Amino acid sequence: MSKQNNPHTNRKALSERRWLILARPLIIIVALIVTWQVLVIVTGAPKYMLPTPADVWTTLIARHDVLFDHAQYTIAETVIGLFAGAALGTLAAIPMALFSPVRFWLMPILLVSQAIPFFALAPLLVLWLGFGLASKIAMAALIIFFPVTVAFFDGLSRTETGWLDLARTMGASRWRLLTHIRLPAALPAFASGFRVATAVAPIGAVIGEWVGSSHGLGYLMLHANARVQIDMVFACLLILCAFSITQYFIVDRVLRAALPWQPDSLKPAR
Amino acid sequence: MRNTAQAPQTAQNLTKFDVALRGGSVAFNGTDIFHDLDLTLRAGSFTCLLGPSGVGKSTLLRYFAGLVEGDVSGTITCSDNTPLAGRVAYMAQQDLLLPWRSVLENVVLGAILRGEKPEHDKASQLIAEVGLAEAAHLRPAELSGGMKQRAALARTLMEDRPVVLMDEPFSALDPLNRLRLQELAAWVLRGKTVLLVTHDPLEALRLGDHVHVLSGSPARLQDAITPKGQSPRNIADPGILAQQAELLGQLGADLSGGAA
Repeated sequence: MSKQNNPHTNRKALSERRWLILARPLIIIVALIVTWQVLVIVTGAPKYMLPTPADVWTTLIARHDVLFDHAQYTIAETVIGLFAGAALGTLAAIPMALFSPVRFWLMPILLVSQAIPFFALAPLLVLWLGFGLASKIAMAALIIFFPVTVAFFDGLSRTETGWLDLARTMGASRWRLLTHIRLPAALPAFASGFRVATAVAPIGAVIGEWVGSSHGLGYLMLHANARVQIDMVFACLLILCAFSITQYFIVDRVLRAALPWQPDSLKPAR
Repeated sequence: MRNTAQAPQTAQNLTKFDVALRGGSVAFNGTDIFHDLDLTLRAGSFTCLLGPSGVGKSTLLRYFAGLVEGDVSGTITCSDNTPLAGRVAYMAQQDLLLPWRSVLENVVLGAILRGEKPEHDKASQLIAEVGLAEAAHLRPAELSGGMKQRAALARTLMEDRPVVLMDEPFSALDPLNRLRLQELAAWVLRGKTVLLVTHDPLEALRLGDHVHVLSGSPARLQDAITPKGQSPRNIADPGILAQQAELLGQLGADLSGGAA
């Protein structure tokens, strides 16, 4: 990946790149805020349509207790939903990879489950599981079940054939072949699915809160919107964004540390 | 290399039975790869299988390993009247090291996969024998191509099977590393029955006690060439070079020096 430069310019280019990596998010955030502010000025939109960044910041500070209170629910729903969905996806992917009848029966069901719009399911889940955490966890888990299952199943079915040959000449049992070769070999694929799941899990939780709840950022947004407290809606959105990004970053770091041998971790991380 | 790679010359290392394939046929999608083929692997000797790419050398080797599926017929018998299954070790062109395991953990893989207790002392000894003592705890990504094939060789030896099947194990290496590994293999595999598939006539003559050329479609085996002396042979030896010319001729090369 490095061009044939002399070491000096190479090092200079590297330190410049490192500087950019730290500065890039800041530049993006500042640019977004400036665009936002310019948009407010140019359109002359009133505060109840589009508040300025300063308005939202003020609300964020003034109402931090309420926001924090509700954010806890959304975060809990997302994190529990993420792990529940990943566990379910794992439980579905392994038998699908091992037994072809399971694969033939489960694959169509999986595809059908993806054809149902999740918005349409949310009211049913609230009806069945109530206004509390359970219906939102179920929503988040459902939304991530598919990416995790498909990615993990794909990884399990693509075991390097040379490894399978080797294991066969070594007299490996089916179970040990799974636990010592196929499962670890599929972990990078599982990790890709889990990364996607991490990004979409908060969506599930918020949809669940919109449809029926008494807590959570989705609930708060809906009520603020009805009372034309648009600065509050934006404050909720900002917290959701910050949480999603932080969660993704943590998951990505943990997965890289846990799978140091997977191809994308072998490249230098800069 | 010669001082690190002492040939393990113990009595139980000597393979005492011939392996005979009779009437071996393999077809893929209705096309015969080879048909009614006979090949005997002599007890304790090194047999090399030479041939152009795609002729079915690997298929023949995989037939001995019991890895060919589909339209297969023929019998493999051992002269001690015990089945061959479970008595072969397999080494491929790719190192097939598991990237999440260290060299040591890769070398004991067979025991792990069979649910046996891995013999780490023996594994360490073999790793030292192939010259990787310093690298025993490194993961494959940290090794060079030659080191990876050494680790794969140690894993093959660890299986301690009387018959060793090797499918172009050194062909991905640079020429120098290839020579070193051939020498190492000649030492550590001495006394075992070995079938080695290669597309390099010199490699075959350097290591093989019997060198067969496989050619044609369906593929046929030509009569074996038996180079003199003990392997690893000197590839600058005039007798070896003459036999190389003979093998290249069997492979269909035009040796007239471009006069055509």
